[in-house]
Amino acid sequence: MPAVKSLDELKRLKEDAIAKRNAKTTAGTAQVTVAMGTCGIAAGARETMRAILDTIEADGLSGVVVKQTGCMGLCELEPIVQVEVGGAAKVTYGKVSVDQAKRIMKEHVVGGHVVAELVIPTK
Amino acid sequence: MRELALHLLDIAENSVAADAGDITIAVDEDSKKDRLKMSVEDNGKGMDEDMVARVTDPFVTSRTTRKVGLGIPLLKAAAEACNGYLRINSAPGKGTRLEAEFQRSHIDRMPLGDLAGTWFELLVAWPQIHWIFRYRANGNEFLFDDAPIKNELGDVSLSEPAILTYLRETLQEGIKNSEIKD
Repeated sequence: MPAVKSLDELKRLKEDAIAKRNAKTTAGTAQVTVAMGTCGIAAGARETMRAILDTIEADGLSGVVVKQTGCMGLCELEPIVQVEVGGAAKVTYGKVSVDQAKRIMKEHVVGGHVVAELVIPTK
Repeated sequence: MRELALHLLDIAENSVAADAGDITIAVDEDSKKDRLKMSVEDNGKGMDEDMVARVTDPFVTSRTTRKVGLGIPLLKAAAEACNGYLRINSAPGKGTRLEAEFQRSHIDRMPLGDLAGTWFELLVAWPQIHWIFRYRANGNEFLFDDAPIKNELGDVSLSEPAILTYLRETLQEGIKNSEIKD
């Protein structure tokens, strides 16, 4: 079966991405981590992560790194998402639904404002 | 879990946790033989026989210290409920291969679910891992190896918006073109 999409197309997309990256040199980077242990997956973490990736695609957000991690021992608060923007401290959100993930992307990752009501309180 | 794809995601996370560098996920459906087989194979740190027994059936062992999850037992129970099985071949330092098979038409067989979406997320979330995804349905095969893509991209991140679209569509179309229409 032939490849569905060509590497030539990828090459063009890569050059676009590099051009965009060079255009905004001072852009802060953000890292979003989704807990993907058995508990997270059972609670809907795959859909939560998908909402994050869909937001990056739909809104053309450059410089966001999306990662996964295992169970953090807070299974009852899954799906859990951690956000680190620029040099700011890591913020941990609990019970992040698809809609809440989109909200966190817009308000925190893009806007720079922590969505306080969704943050897991630390002791 | 509601989908076989979610189980595959869960098993693949085990491979990541085992420090694998290469992970292959394969799904093979055959409507004539009425079987659905899936596997996750890695070159991670592997397990000895005791550990394999523990991760497969944590309720009947005498272990008291080691924390073992429920992901594999859940998948094993699901496969066995559908005239299937779950098997693990593993060796310390070599890696692990987990295989599960189902009677495809069994009333209790979970749907495969969003396999493309699952692969998409693994690929983006763990860029340092070499991923190979294979989906075969009645002999029609879609094979995805991320090496040429990463080679082409160099230091450009997989999570750039346009690259995400490329990866998502490649996986979605590849599976759609192979799947059984029934």
